[in-house]
Amino acid sequence: MSRLAVPKTYKLFIGGAFPRSESGRTYEVRSADGAFLANAAKASRKDARDAVVAARGAVAGWAGATAYNRGQVLYRIAELLEGRRAQFVAEIEEAEGLTRAQAGAQVDEAIDRWVWYAGWADKFAQVAGNANPVAGPYFNISVPEPTGVVAIVAPQDSSLVGFVSAIAPALVAGNAVVVVASERFPLSAISLAEVLATSDVPKGVVNVLTGAPAEIAPWLASHADVSALDLVGAGDLDWVDLEIAAADTLKRVLRPEQGPDAAAPALDRIAAFTETKTVWHTKSLR
Amino acid sequence: MSGTSLVTARERALAVLGGEPDDATLRRYLHGIAGVDAVGLEQRAAGLGTRSIKTSSKKWALDRIISLVDLTTLEGADTPGKVRSLVAKAMNPDPADATTPRVAAVCVYGDMVPYAVDALGSVHGDPDDGLISVAAVATAFPSGRSSLEIKLADTAEAVANGADEIDMVIDRGAFLAGRYGLVFDQIAAVKEACRRPDGTSASLKVILETGELVTYDNVRRASWLSILAGGDFIKTSTGKVQPAATLPVTLLMLEVVRDWHLMTGQRIGVKPAGGIRASKDAIKYLVTVAETVGEEWLQPHLFRFGASSLLNDVLLQRQKMASGHYSGADYVTID
Repeated sequence: MSRLAVPKTYKLFIGGAFPRSESGRTYEVRSADGAFLANAAKASRKDARDAVVAARGAVAGWAGATAYNRGQVLYRIAELLEGRRAQFVAEIEEAEGLTRAQAGAQVDEAIDRWVWYAGWADKFAQVAGNANPVAGPYFNISVPEPTGVVAIVAPQDSSLVGFVSAIAPALVAGNAVVVVASERFPLSAISLAEVLATSDVPKGVVNVLTGAPAEIAPWLASHADVSALDLVGAGDLDWVDLEIAAADTLKRVLRPEQGPDAAAPALDRIAAFTETKTVWHTKSLR
Repeated sequence: MSGTSLVTARERALAVLGGEPDDATLRRYLHGIAGVDAVGLEQRAAGLGTRSIKTSSKKWALDRIISLVDLTTLEGADTPGKVRSLVAKAMNPDPADATTPRVAAVCVYGDMVPYAVDALGSVHGDPDDGLISVAAVATAFPSGRSSLEIKLADTAEAVANGADEIDMVIDRGAFLAGRYGLVFDQIAAVKEACRRPDGTSASLKVILETGELVTYDNVRRASWLSILAGGDFIKTSTGKVQPAATLPVTLLMLEVVRDWHLMTGQRIGVKPAGGIRASKDAIKYLVTVAETVGEEWLQPHLFRFGASSLLNDVLLQRQKMASGHYSGADYVTID
């Protein structure tokens, strides 16, 4: 007797839960050769709003965790990804129409990037921070601090590597993120959210929206409670308008990047979502 | 604003009860009231909560919510400075938008009343005239566990200090023990203590603390009891006990107010307090009021929200409607 297939429902990831879109909308995700893969939730502006609220609530805890602890948590994500490697390879193979080896290479690259960024968590401040020379009996110390809630439009032409490369650097410094996944390849992003939900990442630190970036991004760009905007995957959108909207509330904006080197691992990506705090402290009290 | 005349209130109660308000008479009357259909009540409340209020209606609702708020601080750590900053916020909730209405009242502990009155200055007055009144919690708030003498002294002191409204708590222990006469007498006595030397009287809000009454039947009985004893307002909760205000409980109290109005023509106010934090929830209460007792009740002397964090959420929604983009907590004050 043949068995009835049980297809998976791909939902949003907001505040550690997997809600459907508030709007009730979904859209069809199709494979490279046009076959139906799944229905994904089509997030609305209100889902984006809820995600920002969840992210804002998570900032204090995540930014307040020790850098060492953040590194451990991020590294554990890589461990869990490794354990579910087969699932991701199959998903990417179907969605992007790649060979098993190519899909496997993409998953390996994604895992390696998690590990690379996880390692930076407790080393980044040493590189980006500084003890400044001043003409007086003071220590003058500059340290990078997380900027807060980072809204990200993930690279649109990649399932997993692009997504990971976009969110990991923002997380390293202690930011919470709201990320709009690739519209065409959203399934791996939601599967990664399932990994995040079962790892040690606190609720709300990562919030994943699927749907049309063209619809959601303007609301995130103009949202007064979003601190920075990463437009790495927004090349096909009217991203200048997004930059203008972001300027109203003085957000830091990273511009779109195209091609295979988009969002390549770099310290600059971590530094982009930090603010430098400088402290004066007397050398001695006599 | 002044409360109802005491003499007529007592006469009316006696007429309704058909006897002196002792335990036996009250018990006969209150237990004669039909029981609450809990499922129906919750379903009705849930149904009222599904209304979609958008654009201009929402704008109206948000402004109305602000003008119905009793901005509250009831902490052991309250200081004169905290009360002054609360009053500043009450007078000017959103400094960036001069069209924002004022709240109805500030609600503080009795000993903080002088600071509130002082900080309000010329803005102190009747919320129906666009001014802000001072409400004080009294009668050994929040537990109500002290002797009647202390409760009355507590009330009289707050009134003497300039409180326009007194939020009293009923003795839930006595109510649950069936001593309805005692609860009635205490409310009536506190009502008497609300009188000022010039013959006017502070408005009396009677807090039922519905979370401790447990059943809907008890809430309905306590509502009737409070109104019979002369309360000008019935209020759900102190905010110190969970669950505090819920939509079904508020609907139930509104129904009692409606029935009382049909019976006597007198309008009693309702104040849900505690746990209402989101504009969306507050709008559901407005819908419930309008559908149960009528839009006429949506004014400061007949309906209030006891709240502190609700105001910030309403201001954020207002900013969103004005600017077209979402606002954040950095754009309202930290209370």
